[in-house]
Amino acid sequence: MTEPLLAVNNLQMHLFANRGTRVVKAVDGVSFTLSKGETMGIVGESGSGKTMTSLSILRLLPTAGRIVGGEIRFAGQDLLGKTDREMQRLRGSDIAMILQDPMMSLNPLFTIGEQIAEPLRVHRGMRGTGLFNRLKELLHGVRIPSPETRLRDYPHQMSGGMRQRIVGAIGISCEPSLLVADEPTTSLDVTIQAQYLQLLKEIQQRIGLAMMFITHDIGIVAKMCDYVAVMYAGKLVERAPMRTLFRAPKHPYTEALLKAVPRLNTTTERLWSIEGQPPDLAAVPPGCPFSPRCPVAEARCCRDTPPEFQVGPNHYSRCWLQEGA
Amino acid sequence: MSQTLLEIKNLTKHFPVTQGLLWQKTVGSVKAVDGVSYRLGTGETLGLVGESGCGKSTTAKMILMLEPPTSGSILFQGEEVRSLSGKALHGYRRGVQAVFQDPYSSLNPRLRIGRLITEPLVVNTEMSKAQIEERLRELLDLVGLSHRAAHLFPHEFSGGQRQRIAIARALALRPRLIVLDEPVSALDVSIRAQIMNLLQDLQEEFGLSYLLIAHDLAAVLHLSTMIAVMYLGKIVETGSSHTLRTQPLHPYTQALFSAALPGHPDDQRDEVIIEGEIPSPLNPPAGCRFHPRCPFAQAICAVEEPVLQPQAGGSEVACHLY
Repeated sequence: MTEPLLAVNNLQMHLFANRGTRVVKAVDGVSFTLSKGETMGIVGESGSGKTMTSLSILRLLPTAGRIVGGEIRFAGQDLLGKTDREMQRLRGSDIAMILQDPMMSLNPLFTIGEQIAEPLRVHRGMRGTGLFNRLKELLHGVRIPSPETRLRDYPHQMSGGMRQRIVGAIGISCEPSLLVADEPTTSLDVTIQAQYLQLLKEIQQRIGLAMMFITHDIGIVAKMCDYVAVMYAGKLVERAPMRTLFRAPKHPYTEALLKAVPRLNTTTERLWSIEGQPPDLAAVPPGCPFSPRCPVAEARCCRDTPPEFQVGPNHYSRCWLQEGA
Repeated sequence: MSQTLLEIKNLTKHFPVTQGLLWQKTVGSVKAVDGVSYRLGTGETLGLVGESGCGKSTTAKMILMLEPPTSGSILFQGEEVRSLSGKALHGYRRGVQAVFQDPYSSLNPRLRIGRLITEPLVVNTEMSKAQIEERLRELLDLVGLSHRAAHLFPHEFSGGQRQRIAIARALALRPRLIVLDEPVSALDVSIRAQIMNLLQDLQEEFGLSYLLIAHDLAAVLHLSTMIAVMYLGKIVETGSSHTLRTQPLHPYTQALFSAALPGHPDDQRDEVIIEGEIPSPLNPPAGCRFHPRCPFAQAICAVEEPVLQPQAGGSEVACHLY
């Protein structure tokens, strides 16, 4: 087997508050692999550590955050061993990221042409006509009409959907091999969201991009992803190929999550609801973090943290019920 | 069909657009809501779906009397709301309550929960302190919060719990109608289901009517009896949630359905991805407002505005195709 494009092994990222006296295990033992051209979704509720996982891969952690264990390998290189300069060369060039809010991720003082040109200038050394042609091509690629004039526009002159497409264009400008998209469509309307997701799919097929979707919306996963990882309280509780996860979830949290979403095609009398709240990451219960809300929890679940059990081809679950299954 | 609680007829709201700083002159108007009619029965839920700028929130604001309508009428239990005054107006305001999207900004951070929930009682009724206390405990029980919560401040609660507080406050005066403006979209998936179930339970227990405004089609279908799809200030299709689910007729409704994210990979529908963005309501397209984006647009669509026509399936559609 060839080496996957991205391999994350037992990643642990902790946030230290109060001069190190309060430790929040934001990412606690996360492992997964992502191959070239594949799309993976990381689903989880707010505070489950999905954004922190993606920021760890790019090494863009908040000052309080530190990676305390594990390994991240990208295209055969150890990302955690790299210096900041080396990481800078990688970011935007081989690994790109799209953030949630296009209003916040574009600089209002520069034209969008200048902003798309920046990574090309820095990473690829492009100048002059070559650069200009590439910019037009990129804008055309994300379906912005009349690219020549639009390049001179400022972000405020564009709608939310267009701005998000500009951010997408910046992301793919250097033809990265991995694109991390953190909730790329939450601020968009549904029809605009559908357009954008369609566009990302097309771009992916065109340039063989691997994508990582960070989302709270199980629907995006159903629509876009080949592989899914479900996070809960900093832990990856289940990962599986997309269809397997929807057909036969092997973790009570995943199962409940799928049943809690109303379906478009079928009527449900009543939604399944998970009682209680997700735990505060500063005080995660001992044992399995889901045990206080789990309908099938046993005594052991509240005591010992379950390891990852393999339950099928490429399908892993962190649940004691799967032991020996 | 159940008894009509609220009926709006030909409701419009135009916001004037002005130019100049001191001697302002009106240069146009944004037709936020343009001739919308529907009825809502007792114990029913009407879902208003549409993208941003379609006028769904403006409609709700007019019903809550937060915005005066430009024209049209709002009938509550058969009475024209705009002509109410004095005691009758007071009664209307008590009978219609609201729960908003963001439970972080709809609760005053400086008031304790007990005070927040009972404020409508203090203002609107002559209940004694003991009676109010008792009602408070009753309300907290109803929404599944502990009595201890009354002494805490909003910041001590999570999003889902805050939404429960907002619901308790809306219930305090025993309203007939609650306007729910995106009640679950700010919440996490597992909490969303809790709140939707709570809303359904309360509706059943008290025979409440809901006017539900949301952009999440699956959630609206799940909670609503009737649905109205809005586009640029107009209703393009209305029908029971069952009819719309099985047989959406208007191209925009179909596009909304195919754009909605599936809850399951097997739920995927044929892709009708519409191009372009929502035009500015300042000068909406002539004819059918959807025609520039419509994949089935004909010559007539650009000229003549379609009106809502009853269809065989029981829904009403404003489209020249039918």
